[in-house]
Amino acid sequence: MTVDSVKRASQSPDEHMPYAELGMKEDEYQRVKEILGRRPTGSELAIYSVMWSEHCSYKSSKVHLRQFATKAPASEALLVGMGENAGVVDIGDGWAATFKIESHNHPSYVEPHQGAATGVGGIVRDIMSMGARPIAVMDSLRFGGLDQPDTRRVLPGVVEGISHYGNCLGLPNIGGEVVFDPCYIGNPLVNALCVGLLRKDQIKLATAPGPGNKVVLFGARTGADGIGGASVLASATFEDESHAKRPAVQVGDPFMEKLLIECCLELYQADVVVGIQDLGAAGVSCATTELAAKGTGGMAVDLNLVPLRDPTLRPEEILMSESQERMMAVVTPDDIPAFMAICEKWDVPATVIGEVTDSGRLVMTWDGEVIVDIPPGTAADEGPVYQRPFHEPAGQAALNTHVELERPADLRATLLQLLGSANLASREWVTSQYDRYVRGNTVLAQPSDAGVLRISESMPGASETTRGIALATDGNGRYAKLDPYAGAQLALAEAYRNVAVTGATPLAVTNCLNFGSPEDPEVMWQFAEAVRGLADACKTLGVPVTGGNVSFYNQTGAAAIHPTPVVGVLGVIEDVARRVPSGFTAEGLRVVLLGDTADEFGGSEWAHVVHGHLGGLPPRVRLEQERALATVLTTAATRGLLAGSHDLSDGGLAIALAEACLPKGIGATISLPGEDTFVDLFSESAARALVCVKPQHFAALAELCARNEVPCYGLGVTGGTSLVVENAFEIPVATLRETHEATLPAILG
Amino acid sequence: MRVGVVTFPGTLDDQDAARAVRLAGAEAVPLWHADHDLKGVDAVFLPGGFSYGDYLRCGAISRFAPLMEELIPAAKAGLPVLGTCNGFQILCEAHLLPGALTRNAGLHYLCRDQGIRVENNTTAWTGQFTEGQEILLPIKHGEGRYVADEATLAELERDGRVVFRYIGGNPNGSLNDIAGICNEAGNVVGLMPHPEHAVEELTGAPSVDGRGFFASILRKLVTA
Repeated sequence: MTVDSVKRASQSPDEHMPYAELGMKEDEYQRVKEILGRRPTGSELAIYSVMWSEHCSYKSSKVHLRQFATKAPASEALLVGMGENAGVVDIGDGWAATFKIESHNHPSYVEPHQGAATGVGGIVRDIMSMGARPIAVMDSLRFGGLDQPDTRRVLPGVVEGISHYGNCLGLPNIGGEVVFDPCYIGNPLVNALCVGLLRKDQIKLATAPGPGNKVVLFGARTGADGIGGASVLASATFEDESHAKRPAVQVGDPFMEKLLIECCLELYQADVVVGIQDLGAAGVSCATTELAAKGTGGMAVDLNLVPLRDPTLRPEEILMSESQERMMAVVTPDDIPAFMAICEKWDVPATVIGEVTDSGRLVMTWDGEVIVDIPPGTAADEGPVYQRPFHEPAGQAALNTHVELERPADLRATLLQLLGSANLASREWVTSQYDRYVRGNTVLAQPSDAGVLRISESMPGASETTRGIALATDGNGRYAKLDPYAGAQLALAEAYRNVAVTGATPLAVTNCLNFGSPEDPEVMWQFAEAVRGLADACKTLGVPVTGGNVSFYNQTGAAAIHPTPVVGVLGVIEDVARRVPSGFTAEGLRVVLLGDTADEFGGSEWAHVVHGHLGGLPPRVRLEQERALATVLTTAATRGLLAGSHDLSDGGLAIALAEACLPKGIGATISLPGEDTFVDLFSESAARALVCVKPQHFAALAELCARNEVPCYGLGVTGGTSLVVENAFEIPVATLRETHEATLPAILG
Repeated sequence: MRVGVVTFPGTLDDQDAARAVRLAGAEAVPLWHADHDLKGVDAVFLPGGFSYGDYLRCGAISRFAPLMEELIPAAKAGLPVLGTCNGFQILCEAHLLPGALTRNAGLHYLCRDQGIRVENNTTAWTGQFTEGQEILLPIKHGEGRYVADEATLAELERDGRVVFRYIGGNPNGSLNDIAGICNEAGNVVGLMPHPEHAVEELTGAPSVDGRGFFASILRKLVTA
């Protein structure tokens, strides 16, 4: 078969190229021709089409995402910001944490197990490529209604995929979310987060400097998996039909990834890596163009040298393959023997496939012919940018109209109904399939509000530090549907609060923005509003966005998912032994509510579960109060005042009280401060937390609250085997537990 | 005292195992699967994980590692060996312990804090427990259902070689609720639960019952 070389392309300027089949627009194709001064070869078209895809180029979101930079608060903690594989944050004592959340939504619908598994694998490699040891994962999941048949297909597969891949890698899964809503049927969201640890002065970047340095591809061999349906393959010009039916979902091998992790760490330790990049979306195309663009500017690659799982692969396919567990490194010629020896120790195949040049061109050959000759920056950084039109959805005003819902007379029944509802019931069925203990540094994991990890034993040489890190992810699609600006801010506020209740100080943000089609101006409005809201709130709270991911096209026909910005917050705790556990940890503790409660039920769990209603406005965003609350929580934790704590969010105080009883089976007797018991119990007002303190510490806590202007209400005392709310109800903790734990197993088996 | 901690490709709990050994006051000696060298250790810990990706069958490839060629005769000659989780699976594959670990009855990987009863406190790794003592250790496995033929089971029960039994619910369908067993001499012990994840107040399971395993072996080595 003849290969479409640059020479051939110059000689056949009018040959039709399948750009439209690759999802490229006419004007985008014309731009490629302008850049090259000729038509692209098939391989060049493969590169541009994937690099300029929405997924890789952020062409619809870029103009909005810029706000994360322009509005970024001043932060001394931020070491590496957006634009790298993951952000890096200074956590003190010479150590840094790198973390990022990324979506794998569409593959997880098509093939739940492999889709979710490779989502974990991809984000872990992003973290590795920063020079870090991955130390934990989390996942934020959304499915259709719990009672919808397809949920029973998708959910077990997704959970098993995350479980198998993450467990096999030896990374503890320390938390996340599982949310059910019919809007996600056909469009489940699988957002995976990974956090890694590295010495502050040993950050690695995706760059290929130094002409003469070698380009090494290492890890798994390249196969035909992960090549999109709408790819070069779909074109009859290049391939016969049998080739075109190959799966578009990648297949993961966590064992190879575990070897890659250990191999990379040893390579870093031996200091034999100049630049490094993982191979994720767009595979070799992405790694070569990005490395070259950020380095000296040129690279020469012999594609025949890429080790293949399937020897019949064509160069276009090699360029587009998304085979998992591969990395690309830039290594000086002198270090090549040491590099190869380490790879061999870990049984990781490694091959030199090219070298860095100062030509300013990315040149690739196949069978001795030049098949790619492009300026790498034009593919990596200079993709198209769209100002997509947007406007408020036609029904938005009607959606925001307040509807008075009938309030219950039986608050006991309401609490139990909510506690056993799909979104508030125990996640044990899911989380018990994840290893939360491996590596031995898990201080808190689900069902705690945030995961907390000890640093000192996480890496050699860290034994001196007493520090820990805390991580939480949150998102609320219903709030964002009612008001995407406020919804994104509430997601941030909740994750920020969840980090603070463990005693940690929130430092930085990652986000995964899950939306419908950007070509729908109403969806685009939701996106624009959410990004504006998140950027503004990050500025107010003083926590910069370090990176993240946008997932568009979560939509079936005209029905988009609720706009779902998922926000991850990372915090640091100076002495991890001071972390505050979740819930009531002993008898005889004073139970204290921090923050004020208003009559706020728009988008609430109560309206959703009891009335099946979504309307009105979400709870008011109270960022200044969030900040003051976080100050109180972290200061009180540092001073050892808090015996337990819990964030108030979905389901309000009632659910927080019930959940606080469960970890140790300790009840409480509560008397509510407000005039309306229903509002006190079920409102979802923001900026609130529940804490318990030894009686002798109550005065100090109250004084601390007063100084920070955080309202503080003594609610009662822990003890006994029931949750007693005076003048309302008494429920045995055993009943709470039974109700909480029965729901998921009843449906999922 | 020097306790070897073995790392195969895909071993995951080696760091935890080494830490538990150190916390008990012994030296943790890393042992590499590809070496024919036990480095003169006084005892060996085979930690959990997914050695060789659990490909073929859990532990089936590891048993052929060069290190195992040294370990198998040493264990038969009396070297104390503890295998947890994947380590237990490897000991069974290597025929140092009878029976096999198969897919959990529930068909899911399961991570939870599990009640366990110590049935035999005369092994090299359980001397510091009392017989019948109930302890709490994490389990985390997808293939921990202990099976053996009837004769083997009867022999294990008759000779007191069922060292640990699950209590408060059998998590994986193991025959006779078996969580761990030993060889005839009592120097080789395998169990699915993870003592190395229950040695510190701050991290891991809400228990420090795992310390007993390490205290037991140190005591045994000191008095031997």
